[in-house]
Amino acid sequence: MKIDRAHFRRPLLRTPFHDRFVELSTAEEWMAWNTYKVPRVVDKLSTEYFAVRTGCAVMDLTPMEKYRITGKDAREFLDRLVARDISRLQPGRVTYVVWCNDDGKVIDDGTLFQLDRSDYRLCSQHHQLDWLLMSAMGFDVHVDVETHDVAALAVQGPTSCSVLTVAGINGLDQLKPFDITELRCGDTPVTVSRTGYTGDLGYELWTEPAHALELWDAIFGVQGQYDIHAMGLSALEMVRIEAGFVMPGFDFNTAESTIRNGYDRSPYEAGLGWLVNLDKGHFAGRKALVAEKAKPARRRLLKLVVDGNKPVGDALIYNRKDGTQCGEVKCTTWSPILKANLALADIEYANGHLPSQLWARVDYQRELKWISTWAECQVQAKPFYSPEHRSATPPARC
Amino acid sequence: MTERTDAIIIGAGHNGLVCAAYLARAGMNVVCLESGDSAGGMSAPRTIGDDYHFPGLAHLAYPLATGIRRDLKLAQFGYQPGKAIDTVALDASGKHLTIGANSVSGDGLPESDKQAYPKFREQYLSFAKAVRPLFDKKPPRLKDIAFADKTTLARLGWNIRFGLGRESMNELLRVAAINIYDVLNEAFVDDRLKGAIAVDAVMGSAMGPRTPGTVLTWLQRLQGELNGSLSLQSGGRSQLVHALTQSAEDAGVTIRFNARVDKILVENGKAFGVELSSGEMLKAGLVISNADPRSTFTKLVGAPLLETMFANRVTQIRGAGVVAKLHLALGGKPEFSGLPESQLGGRLLVAPSMQYIERAFNHSKYDEYSEHPVLDIAIPSLHNNALAPEGHHVMSVNVAFVPYRLEGGWQEQKAAFAYKVISQLGQYSANLKSLVVDHELLTPQDIEEQFHTTQGHWHHGELSIHQSFMMRPLHGAAQYDTPIERLFLCGAGSHPGGGLHGVPGRNAAQRVLELGGAK
Repeated sequence: MKIDRAHFRRPLLRTPFHDRFVELSTAEEWMAWNTYKVPRVVDKLSTEYFAVRTGCAVMDLTPMEKYRITGKDAREFLDRLVARDISRLQPGRVTYVVWCNDDGKVIDDGTLFQLDRSDYRLCSQHHQLDWLLMSAMGFDVHVDVETHDVAALAVQGPTSCSVLTVAGINGLDQLKPFDITELRCGDTPVTVSRTGYTGDLGYELWTEPAHALELWDAIFGVQGQYDIHAMGLSALEMVRIEAGFVMPGFDFNTAESTIRNGYDRSPYEAGLGWLVNLDKGHFAGRKALVAEKAKPARRRLLKLVVDGNKPVGDALIYNRKDGTQCGEVKCTTWSPILKANLALADIEYANGHLPSQLWARVDYQRELKWISTWAECQVQAKPFYSPEHRSATPPARC
Repeated sequence: MTERTDAIIIGAGHNGLVCAAYLARAGMNVVCLESGDSAGGMSAPRTIGDDYHFPGLAHLAYPLATGIRRDLKLAQFGYQPGKAIDTVALDASGKHLTIGANSVSGDGLPESDKQAYPKFREQYLSFAKAVRPLFDKKPPRLKDIAFADKTTLARLGWNIRFGLGRESMNELLRVAAINIYDVLNEAFVDDRLKGAIAVDAVMGSAMGPRTPGTVLTWLQRLQGELNGSLSLQSGGRSQLVHALTQSAEDAGVTIRFNARVDKILVENGKAFGVELSSGEMLKAGLVISNADPRSTFTKLVGAPLLETMFANRVTQIRGAGVVAKLHLALGGKPEFSGLPESQLGGRLLVAPSMQYIERAFNHSKYDEYSEHPVLDIAIPSLHNNALAPEGHHVMSVNVAFVPYRLEGGWQEQKAAFAYKVISQLGQYSANLKSLVVDHELLTPQDIEEQFHTTQGHWHHGELSIHQSFMMRPLHGAAQYDTPIERLFLCGAGSHPGGGLHGVPGRNAAQRVLELGGAK
């Protein structure tokens, strides 16, 4: 292999869509995501946010870790890997999964796409090859990294189905949430799944890097008819919090990257308990999770609606006003569509019980002067934002 | 099946039998499954042709742990601790050393070494005694420590501080983790003597005299009834495995031969029985494996039923066998030049210096055998003439260091290697070559295949510090119970490791009972 001796001058990789983002970028706000250079904001944050919620936003998903899992034992391997019962997953279906280490602490979460009988794609936030290979012992299974071999776009928002249809992808109508299928966009083969990280109607498009720009151009070709915006990661952060999605490594420490004892989190603690099936037989971390389940809850990552409109980033949470500290905010956003101050917070339980009152200590600046105040927090069980059009099949024509 | 089986023990090696006998004596209904057609595992007798009988892969018996003989009434079943034998350090020019429990003699041995030897033995026996709680008891768990573990640690601390006294304690702490090479160089001058002692510290392990931790392996040799003296296994009724079998059966243990376990049956994280190679399924309250930990977890249970990191740690257990066994059927009595016939019945060593041992070891690291291996020789037929036809003899030779994986493959080079070893023996015994009527060489690969122990390791895993005590065989299975509920380990892979002392078997039984037996 020829080594590029000047690679250090350009340490971040470019996705196949990069040139298009460069053309559109006015903000010039770039960031690193999984060794790729991607936009934090392309043009304006508010435009991108409202594109997801009221129109159509296009985001580059290529840097997402992607693994292809094939072989005779692929299903058994995955069933032992993840906490969810995937025995009834079918080709053409997608499911959301979480996986744990020996101690029942979350290593990562991801989406599992069943492409064929013994052919799966697992997408994750963090690099998982080492864990997948360790987990493969004793299984007839092959694990391939395809992060760099698949170009992926997220096309999200209420008009996304219409946009893609006009752009030339036929057959989206009958695609239900968590379906995946092989379609064409004109002459370009493209795999489409009705999935996303926005809590809105949306699709993820997977194709070969060589076809990436054809696909992009087809989508943006309908821009006259529809309001379409390229979107960066800052808008994604807003919408994923509205949708109540957690992000391992940001909202809590992932197990294999945690140094201090007790700083990692179980799926129950991370609010992902619904992805755990203790009755499905052995899976990684099951024994520890059974033991944890038998004991009173120690902590939970909770969805909070915080009174007022002052940003609560980095705020500590107290069990009453002027009480003792019982938690901390992990991520937060102002939700323009809900007109609410949203947060995900790690809250310690006392003897298995949620503290009766939660108050955030909010420090904010007013014309550069620091002000400290209290804001009461309401725990929310359901996603903050989950519109009906998100799951309707066929999606409404817009 | 009419009676419920409380415990299935996989493997009727000596530890399996010890464990079975203890459990049966505690009232449990125990079935012991053995893949071969006789009990004893590595200490089971072996025959070449029809007439030449060998006491087993283990021809030397390091002593049984204190108490097992009494607990299992072994004397009643004919077992006597073997008579301590001398070690003879062979010398190519005929100036052999004779090394006993408390004295050493031989041509050209410096007076200072003669004086130092008994003192050195005494000091190291006192060290061995001080650390006995560590080698004898269940290894303490450091997290969530149990009361029994605290007493083990307390006794260890007390022994080291007050049993030894301050000076000796300081000395023990100084040497405990270093190598035997430095220690012996400090104590002695004579190369033959140092070589002979060093053999005991490294034999069976992938360690040379300069490997750290070899003082600890030697201290382990000094445990047990005879204060570390060796005896010869010479077959017959007095042999340990014979008495253990009788004791176990007397206590009600059913031993089934030719019953090879293919699979440990696990449901919901609990072991509930085994499947034999015949397809027969046997259920039991508990399964106790005397197979080595790597086989137990990766073959019998299978990685998919284990936790991911645990399964991967199992594969990282270090333990490639480094000792081959050469069995020679001899048409007459071999003569060793310069060695009086009265000493022929001892243990004869070819390890003329520590340097020689270290060099032999070096080859094994690179998948080669040494042209000058370390040899540990016994002629059991001198102690029991039933082992060979009249006037004939059997010679059993441990050959170290021999790699598990040989560059170029064992199949092609086995005969040549056997010839080399016989030739080397010929340098010490002129008539030996002409006496050989038959031979058998068991390489570590043969040992793996025939004794079902991963990579043919004597001790089911190196006795290095990182695989000892609460890390033996590995963290997560170091107190004989395992991450699979109702599955226990009782073999040499568990603390305190290999030898014929029976401690893993006994401790496993105690652990089973402590955790409530088969209830």
